[in-house]
Amino acid sequence: MISISMLSLILGIALLITGIFAMLTRKNLIRIVIGFSIADTGTHIIIVSLGYLRGRTAPIIDRAVNAADAVQKVVDPIPSALVLTAIVIGLAVTAVMLSFVVEMYRKNRSLSIDDYQELKW
Amino acid sequence: MIPVIVIVLGIVMLGAAFAAIYFKSLLASIISAGVISLLASVLYLILGSPDVAMTEATIGSGLTTVVFLFALYRVRKGNPDD
Amino acid sequence: MIKYLAVIVSVVGLGMIFLPIVTGFHEAEQLSPLAAQYVEGSINDLETQNVVTSVIVTYRGLDTLGEVTVLFLATVGVGLLLKGTQEDRLLMPFSELLETTSSVLVAMIMVLGIYIFSHGHLTPGGGFQGGVVIASGFLLLLLASSGTKINHLVLNLVESVSGAAYVGIGAAGLVLAVGFLSPEILPLGDFGRLLSAGAIPVIYSLIGLKVGSELTSILVTMGGE
Repeated sequence: MISISMLSLILGIALLITGIFAMLTRKNLIRIVIGFSIADTGTHIIIVSLGYLRGRTAPIIDRAVNAADAVQKVVDPIPSALVLTAIVIGLAVTAVMLSFVVEMYRKNRSLSIDDYQELKW
Repeated sequence: MIPVIVIVLGIVMLGAAFAAIYFKSLLASIISAGVISLLASVLYLILGSPDVAMTEATIGSGLTTVVFLFALYRVRKGNPDD
Repeated sequence: MIKYLAVIVSVVGLGMIFLPIVTGFHEAEQLSPLAAQYVEGSINDLETQNVVTSVIVTYRGLDTLGEVTVLFLATVGVGLLLKGTQEDRLLMPFSELLETTSSVLVAMIMVLGIYIFSHGHLTPGGGFQGGVVIASGFLLLLLASSGTKINHLVLNLVESVSGAAYVGIGAAGLVLAVGFLSPEILPLGDFGRLLSAGAIPVIYSLIGLKVGSELTSILVTMGGE
């Protein structure tokens, strides 16, 4: 029986690669940002799946998990904490990228990456 | 039972990812990207991280989609086609 | 064509990098010693039910401070990039029914957001989630009622006061307790009560206010006024 964390790990890697593929091949600027957002989600799934332990529950001490043997019953809290902050940063980065896209569109009236060749040699 | 749910979630998420890349309409792409985040929050719940699930559901599929739509609106105002 | 080939080669190469992670992956049987210490410390030292909250606010509090700073910088960046591009409002005026309902709903959404961030140490949720819920309440106001004017002065005031209070509480930990951002400056209280876990609920509420006002500011800037 293949484990949940293994499946999630494979799914996360697949999403990460899909997102990077989209960033490399698409021409539309907004679609490149969508690719970044997909890759972001994939990375988060990879990190969370590395912290999962079979048959355990969320790291919240209540009636389901009593304080005495909590260490035997909860999943790893550190990946959750890291991913939680990473998601918020992801939104902030996406907003800044989209502001750049809007600003570039206002200057050049184009969303195609082919029209921005100032740095191409 | 739960591995089957994870597999189904994974297939739908990858399908939505390819839809987000290859759909002609940008609006449909943005909504597909929101669907990926929404299903990811279900996956986080299965993986025992309700905190991350809440964050992903509110930020990933809520605010990120809205920010994308605002940007699309601003860009599209010049040329209503596309 | 050559470009597509290069892209495919690099993507496959990336997949090769990840292959050993998948094949060499085996699920751990026990928590790592660090994680076990965090869980025990959260129960015994900090009286916090939600271990993730104690990791975010206390054990990795400095990370969170940096993260909130990044969010602030992103807000400034969005404001700077889109400055002077005031667009007209997104939508035409709505029916009176929609405006009335949304103004009633906004109050409930705000209460939900405050509930989420003030109970961050007891239940899933916390400052980031609560802040986003508050920002979504403002978004509803922005989209559904035509006459809304967001007061930027109040928004900036809430943002900067909560940020300064966050750093101030952290610095107070240096003097009154064991170190920067230490929650023991307030009494730890009983396990599972709202007023417990020392300064953790206070710090997380401040983070909630800060995140909420920053995200509202991003949405207002991007949506155009």
